[in-house]
Amino acid sequence: MTWAERWELLVRFAPQLWDGTLVTLQLVGIAVLLGLVIAIPLGLARASKHWYIQALPYSYIFFFRGTPLLLQLFLVYYGLSQFEVVRDSFLWPFLREPYWCALLTMTMHTAAYIAEILRGAIQSVPPGEVEAARALGMSRSQALRYIILPRAIRIGLPAYGNEVILMLKASAVVYTVTLMDVMGVVRTINSRTYQYEQFFIIAGLIYLVVTIVFTQLFRLVERWLKVEASRRR
Amino acid sequence: MTIRLSLAAVALGLLLGLAGASAKISANPLLRGLGGFYTSVVRGVPETLWVLMAYFGTVSMMNWIGSHFGNPYLTLNPFLAGTLALGLCFGAYATEVFRGALLAVPPGQKEAGLALGMSNVRIFWRITLPQLWRVALPGLGNLYLILLKDTALVSLITLDELMRKAQVAANATKEPFTFYFTAALIYLALTVVIMAALHWFERRANRGFTRTEL
Repeated sequence: MTWAERWELLVRFAPQLWDGTLVTLQLVGIAVLLGLVIAIPLGLARASKHWYIQALPYSYIFFFRGTPLLLQLFLVYYGLSQFEVVRDSFLWPFLREPYWCALLTMTMHTAAYIAEILRGAIQSVPPGEVEAARALGMSRSQALRYIILPRAIRIGLPAYGNEVILMLKASAVVYTVTLMDVMGVVRTINSRTYQYEQFFIIAGLIYLVVTIVFTQLFRLVERWLKVEASRRR
Repeated sequence: MTIRLSLAAVALGLLLGLAGASAKISANPLLRGLGGFYTSVVRGVPETLWVLMAYFGTVSMMNWIGSHFGNPYLTLNPFLAGTLALGLCFGAYATEVFRGALLAVPPGQKEAGLALGMSNVRIFWRITLPQLWRVALPGLGNLYLILLKDTALVSLITLDELMRKAQVAANATKEPFTFYFTAALIYLALTVVIMAALHWFERRANRGFTRTEL
């Protein structure tokens, strides 16, 4: 294989690689946003002082953080079809599609991690500030909305950025359910051209570039929200 | 097999991590650059890709090496490839943990060692390393739990570990949910056992230290 031939191969498959990148970005983007929405009630419940409110989110988080994403994906994509109920239900048109299964699994997976980040952030809001809000006559929900959550978001943002990048990398397993993300495209090219090293390296570069772009974006958001931890740097 | 694979990868990863951390805080700019390159490249690329690369991406290289030893069909077996890939990833994250821990050992102690006439290697073994564990243990424990779940990726290169066994059983019996869920429970059980072990290790490493209570 000469360099010219390698270059020709790359040019030939570039549009597919671009499409794969878009699929990866789309999956990760939707998953981390939806995951955040689900994680807010979960994280709040996890920070509760009553054990019966904590119990359910705790077991949810324990399950999703304690098992591999690949396993969860197979459990949803292959596992659910074992039950007649699922196959007859109105959800079947969605659960049959690898795209929706991957999205569902990734969302639930990342929600568990984000919920833990949120809990940590809520618990590290200085208690004096909450007491001050209550002393000023704010109701509990007002204190939550105006004091605790805005503070917790700023505390948890750097960790949320990490989680987005972890999800980006974790998303590379969705090719196993026939999705054409970056890995899926690369695997197809592999089997068509028998060129392994070249396209693995290109896939690695794509992930690296996306990681760097995400890191910079989060740095901008942190500066915009005036996150303390990043100002110290 | 899952446990054996994870332990082999940790052993490799710890070595890489220690080497990486030493490189990153060394005075030599070349070594520092190399350490930085290692951690940023390995951490920026998915573990899945490393696993596939270690198995499929090394075929032509191994064939080339093998042809010099009279065996042109030499390839890495899945276990070795998995260990290499996961160890590489673990090492990159462990580098950061060790770097933090190395910086936490007061430099005065190292100077005291030098003043007593100890060699650099001896200072590392007798003074730095024993104190390193205490600081690094919680971080390494987390990494080990992550690694345990990443071993599932090695099923993609046909190593017969927990995930792949579940897959085979699921295909044979047409009861995927049953077997994948059982596998999930086994992963959870392993997690619980490891967490308990880590807790014990941490208690042991922290003998003689008081914990900051809030």
